[in-house]
Amino acid sequence: MRFVDEFRDADKARALSAKIAALCEPGRQYKLMEVCGGHTHTIYKHGLEDYLPESVTLVHGPGCPVCVIPMGRVDDAMHLANADDVIMTSFGDMMRVPGSNGSFFDAKAAGTDIRMVYSPLDSLKIARQNPDKRVVFMAIGFETTAPSTAMTVLRAAAEGLQNFSVFCNHVTIIPAIKAILDSPDLRLDGFIGPGHVSTVIGCRPYEFIARDYGKPVVTAGFEPLDILQSIYLLMLQLSQGRSVVENQYARVVPWDGNPVALRVINQTMELRPFFEWRGLGFISHSAMRMRPEYRQFDAEVLFDVPGVRVADPKACQCGEVLKGVLKPWECKVFGTACTPETPIGTCMVSPEGACAAYYNYGRMNRHRVPEALKVISR
Amino acid sequence: MCLGIPGELIEYLPDRPDLAKVDVSGVKRVINVGLLADDPPAPGEWVLIHVGFALSKIDEAEAAAALEFLAGIGQAYDDELAALQESRIE
Repeated sequence: MRFVDEFRDADKARALSAKIAALCEPGRQYKLMEVCGGHTHTIYKHGLEDYLPESVTLVHGPGCPVCVIPMGRVDDAMHLANADDVIMTSFGDMMRVPGSNGSFFDAKAAGTDIRMVYSPLDSLKIARQNPDKRVVFMAIGFETTAPSTAMTVLRAAAEGLQNFSVFCNHVTIIPAIKAILDSPDLRLDGFIGPGHVSTVIGCRPYEFIARDYGKPVVTAGFEPLDILQSIYLLMLQLSQGRSVVENQYARVVPWDGNPVALRVINQTMELRPFFEWRGLGFISHSAMRMRPEYRQFDAEVLFDVPGVRVADPKACQCGEVLKGVLKPWECKVFGTACTPETPIGTCMVSPEGACAAYYNYGRMNRHRVPEALKVISR
Repeated sequence: MCLGIPGELIEYLPDRPDLAKVDVSGVKRVINVGLLADDPPAPGEWVLIHVGFALSKIDEAEAAAALEFLAGIGQAYDDELAALQESRIE
């Protein structure tokens, strides 16, 4: 495990911690948002906040695809699942997301034909095997997952499949970041850019954040040292009054992304005028739907979808958590009425949701490493 | 579904340049490599897999680190591997 040690070395973590502390200006508070749920997971699991000075706060962003699906869309999906001759197919993560009348798991237990799949291609296979049924794939996810849906639709078109369609809930990360930047609730100093989304879209789409909003962005890997190093790079930019996009995860993320993936998304999908995000509300041009050329694979064309807007449960404060306004444990129902076993809100459902990550690994008392406490007064 | 998991490419399927068998922590399954058509991976190379599609090529060191990270995640990775085990892409 020689390779892994390079990313985990505690001495290196402490050295980075000291370098971060040395960059803090006394009296200044720093708020950095990690956009991606995978990063949130690493931060809690490894207690990375213990390596940061008190003046550096990590804010957990909206980059968990399950967490941002509004309740109305779950209800719409349930409506589709209950239509005649339909087999609904879904990723496992989506199965426990509560709608107004329970989750996919609840509906499955009550006899609705809902099947868990690993890949949209498995959904396609179910369609081939059940020509007398209408197979709908519940498509969710950011740009990481959208190319897979696109490739699957292209495959279905090539095979001339008549009984496969997509209920498209793909969202795009950039408008969500922009909504957060424009939100008066929160003043952020910089962004830890998402890792896997960036393998598809590359780093260029973040340039407006640095250019127009003056906030640095560092695309980061998922190892603890990746994240600490990215925080160091952000702090270095802030200390120098610079704001550019940097790629800490260059070993996986190409600067221009994956051109084939971008091409197939663009070939099969187009931006919706607007889409509702849980907690963030309606955001223009923030989600994708099938292009008219592929309407025979669009469940929203083939079926009658109610499209009713449903308010989140009153007790649930996922919206504030997703915007980074509230820490998970500040939510009224965190860990009491809302747990990973019986989630009320989406942030508790997915292992990448901030609430689930905090519930599984969080500690109320922090023990900072000594290096993080050495903020040098200048 | 949000996890990217590393797999080692074993072989392409006969007459299907878009499908290849990979090894993920000992689980051997078929995935789609069509998104890497501009620079297809060779047998023995590692790829980052996302819901049955190779999203990018990675080197062995990155693969080892990613696997270790995933093993540490626990349940979520177990679920992902179990889901992959059920997968029958063709």
